[in-house]
Amino acid sequence: MLRLARRALHGLFVLFGVSVLSFVLVQLAPGDFFAEMRLDPRISEATVRALRARHGLDRPLPERYARWVASLARGELGYSFAYGTPVASLLWPRLRNTLLLTGTATAAAWMIAVPIGVWWASTRRVAARRGLAVLMATLLAIPDILLALALLLVAVRTGWFPAGGMTSVGHEHMSRGARLWDIVSHLVLPATALVLCVLPALTRHVRASVASALGAPFVQAARGHGLPEWRVVFRHALPAAANPLVSLFGLSVATLTSMSLLVEVVMSWPGLGPLLLEAILARDFYLVLGLVLASTVLLLAANILADLLLLAADPRIRAEET
Amino acid sequence: MKVPGKLTLAASILGGVHVAALAAGFLAPYGPTEQSRAWPYAPPTRLHFVDDVGRLHLRPFVYALADDGTVSGRYHEDRSQLFPIRFLVRSSAALGGSGERWRLFGVDEPARVFLLGTDGFGRDQLSRLLHGARISLFAGLLATGISLGLGWVLGTVAGFYGRWTDTVLMRAADVFLALPWLYLLFAVRAVLPLHLSADQAFLMLVLVIGLVDWARPARLVRGLVLSERERNYVRAARGFGASDWYLVRRHIAPQTFGLLLTQAALLVPQYILAEVTLSFLGLGVGEPVPSWGNMLAALQRYHVLSSYWWMWAPGLALVPVFLSYSALSEALHSRVGPASS
Repeated sequence: MLRLARRALHGLFVLFGVSVLSFVLVQLAPGDFFAEMRLDPRISEATVRALRARHGLDRPLPERYARWVASLARGELGYSFAYGTPVASLLWPRLRNTLLLTGTATAAAWMIAVPIGVWWASTRRVAARRGLAVLMATLLAIPDILLALALLLVAVRTGWFPAGGMTSVGHEHMSRGARLWDIVSHLVLPATALVLCVLPALTRHVRASVASALGAPFVQAARGHGLPEWRVVFRHALPAAANPLVSLFGLSVATLTSMSLLVEVVMSWPGLGPLLLEAILARDFYLVLGLVLASTVLLLAANILADLLLLAADPRIRAEET
Repeated sequence: MKVPGKLTLAASILGGVHVAALAAGFLAPYGPTEQSRAWPYAPPTRLHFVDDVGRLHLRPFVYALADDGTVSGRYHEDRSQLFPIRFLVRSSAALGGSGERWRLFGVDEPARVFLLGTDGFGRDQLSRLLHGARISLFAGLLATGISLGLGWVLGTVAGFYGRWTDTVLMRAADVFLALPWLYLLFAVRAVLPLHLSADQAFLMLVLVIGLVDWARPARLVRGLVLSERERNYVRAARGFGASDWYLVRRHIAPQTFGLLLTQAALLVPQYILAEVTLSFLGLGVGEPVPSWGNMLAALQRYHVLSSYWWMWAPGLALVPVFLSYSALSEALHSRVGPASS
């Protein structure tokens, strides 16, 4: 618990750092949303000034930060100029979609990577090991952008999956089951892209940590007792290999979050990615800030989750605690 | 036994690609922005050795392209006249260029030689690919230089001086590492002006990509320096009254170079991809100057994606580059030792 509290405190500190850093950065930027307005001859200088004043853009930096934090506390996360609403109302539905995508992809990637990695580490067949090594190295060398586009091509060509978006036309009029199926079939493509992107790294790490655990004396002892090999691998080696893997969990979420940005744009999944791109192009800074902050919270949450998992998986750490 | 061969192969592929990028002006048959508006999405030009009569030509030749007339974007070869490929030609420079220049190969008008086809404006894909490599590959290299340089300096300072310097720097690194790095990259990109000239955009990309990612190398370097600092020979040198600068220069820095090298092989492809991603999304180098990213952006339209395979060239070109870099990093890793992980 102590460890968890410490991590949470550290997370809060980091969040504060990120908020200050990104806020200052964004505020130092030349030009803002209203600067574009100034180019429009129909809008008078006075109007622009009044608008800026209403949103507090004419105040000094610390005051603006304080106002922004106050709006964070109110759950508004600042005000989007381009959409004319609080950032939170834009953010939540998008965040939900991104979570759906990255959550599915994370779960799927781990469920595929662990068996493959374990098998890779424990098989004695040289051909299989070498084949997997080549396959993973190749997959690693294919840039994610190419992977996403190639999957899109498959969808466009074969029509097996809907190419892009999250729902079909007429989604609202479907029955409950059909609606769910509609979303799942849209989810397949972007989730596959993400899984393929992180799979090589994950599999390699699983293999490495399981292989090192398999060499440990207690595993030899378990073998010596005549336990069946699957039991040695899954009951004895895998828990001991869990520690580095759980730390990798946080990292895999970070990678997936980054990559989903691109995949979402390419496959027009209505998540944080396309919104961030729009916000950048519209120079809607509070929206950018909100999105960056949301992604940070996502990562910190993943790291804390990883800590909890570690606590559950590794008896040595539980022993440390008490 | 296998490692040196792999290393040599990877290094020579990379060397070749970079030299080709630098010599783009000579190797490319056309200028990167030169348009042949009459031939949008022309397929790769076929090189022939045997003509219609069945005679063998030692010098490859091409036929001029002709419109099918009915549907635009469908072409056939006009077999009435053949145009031999000429090597080392002096071609008049394209629009916006200055003077004439030597090119490796070319073909007489009205025939064109588009070895990788053309894009929607009838620009030669091969020429754009070669010129785009300059931006994409070198953006990766330069950004790696910046990120490793900054990371090395800050990591060494943090590891060598320890105490509050270390605390402050590593807390700052925590903040940078807490953000998914593409988001961080985008956030930094967001505050910079949207419309930049190609040179400015290139410089901006290199700086942004390089500066955003200093924290990871800094952490690794710090860890290494922290352990090197306590080595006995370092302590001995310190006992002899060696200055901090001398200690870092003579004893500590050389220990970190292996780490920097393996990190570089890991980071360069990542940064190339960052440039490609940003340009792909319209936040990097913009038209008409080619980069692999903005060339790939054409694939965001479905009919281009599924109809014109040669538009995939920049994406496919990334694969051997990435394979070489990963082979390089593996080879370096096994040579320099696992101290870097």
